[in-house]
Amino acid sequence: MWRFIGIRLLQAIPVILVVITVTFFLVRMAPGGPFDSEKPVTREVKAALEAQYKLDLPLYQQYFSYLGDLAHGDLGPSFKYSGRSVNELIAAGFPVTAELGLYALLVALGIGCLAGIAAALRPNTPQDYIPMSAAMIGICMPSFLLGPLLVLVFGIYLDWLPVSGWGDIPGDKILPSLTLGSAYAAYIARLSRAGMLEVLNQDYIRTARAKGLPQWQVVLKHSLRGGMIPVVAFLGPAFAGLLAGSFVVETIFQIPGLGRFYVQAAFNRDYTMILGTTVFLSVLIVLFNLLSDILAAWMNPRLRAQYGK
Amino acid sequence: MVTGIPENHIVRAIFEGLAVKNPYTLEPEPGVAESWDISEDGRIVTFHINPEAKWSNGDPMSAHDYVWSWQRLLSPAMGAEYNYMLFPVKNAKAFATGEITDFDQVGVKALDDLTLQVTLNERTPYFIQLMDHYSTFAVHRPTIEKFGKATDRYTPWTRVENIVSNGAFRLKTWALNRRIEVEKSDTYWDRDNVKLNGVVFYPTENVVSEERMFRVGQLHYTNSIPLGKIPLYREMENSPYVQAPYLGTYFFLLNTTRPPLDDVRVRKALSMAVDRETLNKTVLKGSNVPAYSITPPDTLGYYPPQLFGYDVARARELLAEAGYPDGQGWPGLELTYNTSEDHRKIAVALQQMWKDALNIEVTLTNQEWKVYLDSVTQMNFQIARRGWIGDYVDPNNFLDLYLTGGGNNNTGFSDARYDDMILHQAPQAATREERFDIFYRAETLLMEQMPIIPIYTYTSKHLIHPSVNGLPPNLMDSLNLKYVWLDRNWQPEQAGD
Amino acid sequence: MTSQQTIVDISQAEQGTSLWHDAWLRLRRNRLAVLGLVVLVLFTAIALLTPWIAPYSYQAQNLELGASPPSAAHWLGTDIFGRDLLTQIMYGGRISLAVGFVATSVALLIGVTWGAIAGYVGGRTDAVMMRLVDILYALPFMIFIVLLSVVFGRNMLLLFLAIGAVEWLTMARIMRGQVQSLRQQEFVEAAISLGLSPATLIRRHLVPNALGPIIVYTTLTIPNVMLLEAFLSFLGLGIQPPQTSWGLLISYGAETMEEYPWLLIFPGLALAITLFSLNFLGDGLRDALDVRGAKD
Repeated sequence: MWRFIGIRLLQAIPVILVVITVTFFLVRMAPGGPFDSEKPVTREVKAALEAQYKLDLPLYQQYFSYLGDLAHGDLGPSFKYSGRSVNELIAAGFPVTAELGLYALLVALGIGCLAGIAAALRPNTPQDYIPMSAAMIGICMPSFLLGPLLVLVFGIYLDWLPVSGWGDIPGDKILPSLTLGSAYAAYIARLSRAGMLEVLNQDYIRTARAKGLPQWQVVLKHSLRGGMIPVVAFLGPAFAGLLAGSFVVETIFQIPGLGRFYVQAAFNRDYTMILGTTVFLSVLIVLFNLLSDILAAWMNPRLRAQYGK
Repeated sequence: MVTGIPENHIVRAIFEGLAVKNPYTLEPEPGVAESWDISEDGRIVTFHINPEAKWSNGDPMSAHDYVWSWQRLLSPAMGAEYNYMLFPVKNAKAFATGEITDFDQVGVKALDDLTLQVTLNERTPYFIQLMDHYSTFAVHRPTIEKFGKATDRYTPWTRVENIVSNGAFRLKTWALNRRIEVEKSDTYWDRDNVKLNGVVFYPTENVVSEERMFRVGQLHYTNSIPLGKIPLYREMENSPYVQAPYLGTYFFLLNTTRPPLDDVRVRKALSMAVDRETLNKTVLKGSNVPAYSITPPDTLGYYPPQLFGYDVARARELLAEAGYPDGQGWPGLELTYNTSEDHRKIAVALQQMWKDALNIEVTLTNQEWKVYLDSVTQMNFQIARRGWIGDYVDPNNFLDLYLTGGGNNNTGFSDARYDDMILHQAPQAATREERFDIFYRAETLLMEQMPIIPIYTYTSKHLIHPSVNGLPPNLMDSLNLKYVWLDRNWQPEQAGD
Repeated sequence: MTSQQTIVDISQAEQGTSLWHDAWLRLRRNRLAVLGLVVLVLFTAIALLTPWIAPYSYQAQNLELGASPPSAAHWLGTDIFGRDLLTQIMYGGRISLAVGFVATSVALLIGVTWGAIAGYVGGRTDAVMMRLVDILYALPFMIFIVLLSVVFGRNMLLLFLAIGAVEWLTMARIMRGQVQSLRQQEFVEAAISLGLSPATLIRRHLVPNALGPIIVYTTLTIPNVMLLEAFLSFLGLGIQPPQTSWGLLISYGAETMEEYPWLLIFPGLALAITLFSLNFLGDGLRDALDVRGAKD
């Protein structure tokens, strides 16, 4: 197992290098530079600005100097927030997004797994239809719609919860977590229903049932591990998607998270900020995909044996 | 250094210029300078700095602060976006473009600690106004030099713990993308007249969210309002909705270097076929004022010419003369706009108006902001949406856009007579009437060539809580927080942005 | 050895046809699934016939009328330009259904193949293939889209490809997980020991047995793709006004949900009905194809 993790971590190095390289050149190919604005600056001003941020050097020099700084953990200055470093912006935004993502994931897993398992136990009965229909509604309800709806109902008409902010007013974390979590809850509900159905039909479960084991024991002891494999495979990318996808929720609720910084950076052509967040996210994605693979291996006894060797 | 309208409010809360604009009249009134004299020929302006004016760390302010700050602004290495604000000053432009390197030749001198003498190229009636633009504010030299060279951008001098400012407020917290708080400054010279204890600014990208925050009482003041909400707010009793003329014009650029728009008759036909009144009344919910020229009406008492109106019959005639009777043989046309709900609405309405009136096809292309900017500056478009917000109240600020080869021209319009009027005749005019007359003739020349299709004059649109006072609407949408006060009956002291 | 393999192949093929036949019989018995199928066929037919059956022109505006609630003349009301909403939804359906099915098919094809190969072959091939997936996950998608739109302009084919290109990643991961766990099971090991070629094995055994989660994930991807199209249109890659799609109609409607709720509700309903139908059909298919489940 440790060897498996070690190999995957080693593999992460070329992955991240490729990501950096491709992103570095990709962002520079996009039209419009960081200093273009509605009232265009004169050529002299633009040249001076580019000199300030070393954008006047040949591209390959910029690339290697970026890699050099990166080796020291320095992601460079942000072009948009003058006087701020990218490290600082990520340090400001990430904890917020991570917290939001964590709560959303808890919401998603809690609601999703319960609904999915309940549905799988009695397929094609109301116990199946009701949670699955709710999940469907959750799926066709994009967060740019669900967020404002929740705000209208709970924030404005009922006046129970704050409509924006993060950690400023008690209760302001509830609506954003629900909004972000519910889309994933719907996914997880459907995936876990399918996974559980798959497992519940396998011979060893039939045997367990035939032995007269109680339902909950069959579920908890025998089927849960196998049935959750699709969910776990989904979790790795989902968590990464959660981070990137939190942008919409962060904008609706005015949350100062990394998602907003990232998208703003892309719109502003804040090269260093785009690169910095991309590198940071790629590390997270690699880690979470690894984590989800480890979990999947642990849940699947045969794979576990294979990696254990 | 910051750009963009909302950030501007924060800078103007914590810094103050030599002169400030009275929010009610927009007339200049004393800021850091308690008074100023202007010489007979209008070329020498002498500012007398208020001896009580202090930095937030207690240092007195001096004329030397301005000489140093303006040198910093104009230094080529600084790359300041708004350095052209000081270009009326003698030799400022030459210094900024590196033609001269000796700042002593630039027309800025500290005669003594409290007297700043500025020499201008020529009479510049709007120069005092520019002192209220944040680019011309003084910055605190020791603080900036503590963290690096004067012109370094990547230094921490603007941090809460480092910044030294001179405005009615000072920075208290700066939580990125979360909120910015300022509190009343106890070193400000006019502190006795500052009524708010502090202000909280919330950065918002989303007008819909902003309106909701206002509705539940999280904000006192919004920067804007969603179009669809305007009728609802208008109908309210004691409506918090305040709409006022704003010094800006919404228009479309026509690329006069490419067919079919190289033909002035086509340009005029397109412009005349736009029913601005209906557009404004319906799609835009009466939120703006239809425009027929580039300069907003009543810019310091100046009214632009109106050479045409909504006239489908005439538009069809012109199009036929240009060789496209009833749209026959029309080569097609592409309209580019940057992605935004409001721009989309206008573009979709125009597309259909042209189809109905002239029987011509116009395709729409929306582009992401920076792509759009790139298309406009490269003149890689046929019709492009554009807006211009005045930096100072003077027709010059709109009319000098269309000088030959100007950085904001982007239409290919070029007329030597026009250039001469704006660059030479207008500055030499002895009286305001004479100057405005020249502008009027120049603008007539411009609109006869129709390199742009004006659509509307902007308005400022805010939701203002009833407890807020001292926030009069004005043409510059200029918010001077020094004048603002809250009614005692209302408790929470915050205003949003 | 050779003859034995042939025998196995034939028997597999026979079982294959009867499997599909049985599945169809079982599907027909599932009333919800049939309903889903009928609705989808109906929507597709409407989409195809829209230019001939739409009640109004989708471009013609009536600015004076503006946004009006449902009425006898306009069953679903009108939008802010006074255009008939029913017509807008019908035209929007053409785009959304096309994007939904084509882009999802692209994602499905790439994702399933990629995941199956990686999961089956394992080892170094698996490592390289899955790290490539990691790289694609991490690249800044927005910048990529902006570049595509600038370099190639507005192009429907490109839109499908761009959407397919992101959506296949998760599909590949799910497929790989399934195949990996299936690969260890007795029947697969038995098939391998019988000398079945990997391609046949994957096609005959692994893909059908992983169908459940794949079908579910596919039905989840379609709505995602329809909404993604709206986002890409914002970035300048998707479709251009006056053309429209359900995703765009919903996002416009969401902006004015308080003032003109019908502009949100009806396009939302169209999307929701499609999705429900898809899911009933998807679940029905899953159950119908589940050989072991059928023994119950």
